[in-house]
Amino acid sequence: MKPGLKRSNAPIFWSLFGAGGMLSALFGPALVFITGIAVPFGFILPADAMSYPKMLAFAQNFIGKGFILAVIALFLWFAAHRIFHSLHEVGIHAGVGAKLICYGSAFVATVISVVVLLGLGF
Amino acid sequence: MTENLKIIEIEVLRYNPESDREPHLEVYKVPFSDDMSVLQGAQYIKDNFDGSLTFRWSCRMAICGSCGMMINGIPKLSCETFLRDYYPNRIRLEAMHHFPIEKDLVVDLSGFIEKLESIQPYIIPKEPRSLEQGEYLQSPKQFSDYIQFTSCINCTLCYAACPQFGLNPDFIGPGAIALLHRYNMDSRDGAAAERMELVASEEGVFHCSAVGYCSEVCPKHVDPANAVNINKTNAARDYFLRFLSPKGGSK
Repeated sequence: MKPGLKRSNAPIFWSLFGAGGMLSALFGPALVFITGIAVPFGFILPADAMSYPKMLAFAQNFIGKGFILAVIALFLWFAAHRIFHSLHEVGIHAGVGAKLICYGSAFVATVISVVVLLGLGF
Repeated sequence: MTENLKIIEIEVLRYNPESDREPHLEVYKVPFSDDMSVLQGAQYIKDNFDGSLTFRWSCRMAICGSCGMMINGIPKLSCETFLRDYYPNRIRLEAMHHFPIEKDLVVDLSGFIEKLESIQPYIIPKEPRSLEQGEYLQSPKQFSDYIQFTSCINCTLCYAACPQFGLNPDFIGPGAIALLHRYNMDSRDGAAAERMELVASEEGVFHCSAVGYCSEVCPKHVDPANAVNINKTNAARDYFLRFLSPKGGSK
C-alpha cells in the first residue's frame, strides 16, 4: 500500500449529492409540473391548491417541513457538487474559492431554510 | 503486390525525445487490403517508409493489451481495428492520451504499473490454510461475482479515455480499481479492508465523476466504471460506519 494516504472527506459531499440527485430525479419533474404548470393554469389541479393558507399549513406540519427542507437543501447540495465538478471538467481548475462558493451557498441556503421553517412554528 | 490495393493516408504522431522539441504529425500513403488492421498499417510504414517508427504490439489478437493508441481520437486496440472501416478518409494515429510519450506511439506506463502494484493485485487469504485442509471451494455464484473483472488485459485504454485521470494523474484510475474490485469480490480474499485505505483516499474512487467513457472503450467489457462506482458506495459506507465496526475499519 502506498505510504502517506490521506482519507478523502468526499463521502460527506458525495452522499448529499447522491441523495439530492435521487430526490431531484424522483420529484423534480413533478414539482416543475405542479408548481409551474398545473397550479398556475388550473390544469388538473385547482388553482388554489397552493394558496397561502394551504402552503403555510403545509410548512407548519412536521412532515411538510421535512419535505420542504429536503427538496431545497438536497437539491442545492446536488447542484453544488455537480457545478463544482463540471467546472473541473471544462478545464476551470477550481480551487478552494470555487469549493467555498459552491458548497458554501448550499450550506448557507440549508441553514436559512432550517431557520425559516422552524420560525414558521408548528 | 500493390496493383489491386487501395491506398489509405495514415497520419502518425511522431516524437523523438532526442531530436524533437514537441510531437508533430507525418502522413504516409499506405496500400492496404480489406483484412489489414491498423496495426498492420503501422507495421507497413515501419517496414517500407521509416524504420524508426516506434509502437508496441505483440499478440495481434486483442489479448495482450500492448497495441493501444488513439485512432482518430478514440482509444482503441490497433490490432482489432481495420483500415477498411476508415477508407477513403485519412486515419490519424496518436499515442494514448493522458500518458507521457516516450517515443512516437509508445507511452510511459510506469505510473500505471505503480498503481497496479499499490492495489495488491493478488489473493490475500482470509486465514492461513494448510495443505491438509485442501483447496478453497468456491460456488458458481461466488465465481460469478468477480469473473467479469478478471478480463482486464491492462491495455490502459480506459486511462486514455478517463477525463479525470487526464486532469489529475494521481487518480488510481479505472483499470486498477476494476482489478482491485476483482480481488475484493473473490470469496478467497480477505484484504478488502486493507485495500479500502486506497479506495477511500484522496487518490481513490472519488476522483471519478461517472463519465463512463472508460467502460465504453474497454475492449474486454470489464466495465471499470461500474467497479469504481460500487467502490464509491463501499467507501462512503466505510467512512460513516468505520466507528461502529469492531475492527475500527481502515485508518
